[in-house]
Amino acid sequence: MVDTAMSAALQDDFMDIEAIRRDFPILASQVHGRKLVFLDSAASAQKPRAVIDAMVFAMEHQYANVHRGLHWMSERTSDAYEGVRDKVAGLLNAGSRDEIVFTRNATESINLVAYTYGRAVLRPGDAVVISEMEHHANIVPWQMLRDAHGVELRVAKITDAGEIDFESLEAQFADGKVKLLAVTHMSNVLGTYTPVERLARFAHERGAKILLDGSQAVVHRAVDVRAIDADFYVFSGHKLYGPSGIGVLYAKAEILDAMPPFMGGGDMIASVSYEKSSWAKPPHRFEAGTPAILETIGLGAAIDYVNAIGFPSIAAHERALTDHGLAVLSNIEGLRILGTAQDRGGVISFVMQGAHAHDIATLLDRQGIAVRAGHHCAEPLMGRLGVTSTARASFALYTTAQELDALGEGLARVKKIFS
Amino acid sequence: MSDTADLYQALIMERTKNPRHAGKPDHFDAEGEGDNPMCGDHVRVFVQNDGTRVSHVSRGCAIMVASAELMADAVAGLSAPQIAQRRAAFEAMVNSGAPDQSLGDLNALAGVSEYRSRIRCATLPWSALAQALTDGVD
Repeated sequence: MVDTAMSAALQDDFMDIEAIRRDFPILASQVHGRKLVFLDSAASAQKPRAVIDAMVFAMEHQYANVHRGLHWMSERTSDAYEGVRDKVAGLLNAGSRDEIVFTRNATESINLVAYTYGRAVLRPGDAVVISEMEHHANIVPWQMLRDAHGVELRVAKITDAGEIDFESLEAQFADGKVKLLAVTHMSNVLGTYTPVERLARFAHERGAKILLDGSQAVVHRAVDVRAIDADFYVFSGHKLYGPSGIGVLYAKAEILDAMPPFMGGGDMIASVSYEKSSWAKPPHRFEAGTPAILETIGLGAAIDYVNAIGFPSIAAHERALTDHGLAVLSNIEGLRILGTAQDRGGVISFVMQGAHAHDIATLLDRQGIAVRAGHHCAEPLMGRLGVTSTARASFALYTTAQELDALGEGLARVKKIFS
Repeated sequence: MSDTADLYQALIMERTKNPRHAGKPDHFDAEGEGDNPMCGDHVRVFVQNDGTRVSHVSRGCAIMVASAELMADAVAGLSAPQIAQRRAAFEAMVNSGAPDQSLGDLNALAGVSEYRSRIRCATLPWSALAQALTDGVD
């Protein structure tokens, strides 16, 4: 077993983990009479009291529709809602708050880009390149664009380690048709961080834009879209300790300016007549209808929460956890960890000889340990890895080394049943 | 192991590790298949009508493989209407968790009722069998 002294040391170095855990009411829960060990934060993270309270406060004291009313309540709610745009701009270090578009989630953000930028700026015969380790959300919208608009969809390979294969990428770009590179910033299966600055440079040197799926990365690391030189960056609020139903699309101002609306309705117009309507400027051009007001306010509270802890501490904590998790899992005979990327974060997928991922998940669940099992919305990647499904443990800022030790012990019991 | 033995008991593990009805027969009269898109599980069921002998090719979890095995035991020699009846009783049992004496060894899967997402694993071979009996050989 792994040295518990190491686990204890791990807690004190970066943050007061016990205090943090008290901020998340659900972590005190029991499942099947056991203490909940929640290792499925990559699917959706738990919510701190600050987020819950902010949403409840808004409903109890400060709620009306936004951008419409001339009354006090509406103005205050609009201020709170628009204030979150500033917070998101700060989180991503965007050049302007007008570069932040609120959507439902990262999936909708990518669909928005595929539907508007994809049809208005990309031309039939142009190509979009994705990688072999994309979530379905960064595959299917491009397939739909391909089928509707005649844009070619190409796939760059990954190496056996689970890193972007730059030779393959080079080959995909060779004929000069590629106008957009759409890749993950951190794989939801392998935990690989992609070298986003290098990828952006690579795309730009070849006349293409770059879209980064930051759904996983934004939770674990400080993201600077200007330092990366990202053209598009997307993420979901619910993985960043915020509520579901609110997501973000960042895009450079000049790109958003050139994009037509996604959906039509209230709030996205400058003026409307039966003959013709004209569009509001970005970001409101892309926010038709009453938005997710409460969820946006919740996201703002989540951003304040992670900022108060600080990304340097969060990143250091998760790096130590990942090392610990890899050590714990490597000790289990017959268990294979997928991917060996140099730069990887708190997402570990694995398979066990003789035991199906769903059996692993069920047996762990019985011990109070929540992991995900399945194809993780990345079926093509499963094919590339030669598996049909994996079990996945993923970490958050509230995850402890003891919980990873519990996972190791739980897996040892699974192994016993299946040996 | 009382916390897990309810579902992953000896009979299920034994039949998963040492299946008796696995493999595609050279000759068969009907074939059906089942997929679980959530996990990629896949089962093919082959029926030989000489006494309704059932075999299966399974790629999936212990629950699905054991269920295919116990199903093959449980339907041997039965007519199609009897199989349909048994399937209904089995599905009722895995949904309710209440053992049904008439189902014999199939009751080993009663524990699956506690895991809503796993009930499908237990019923998948039965839907494949039902498909085989409806469609015959394509």
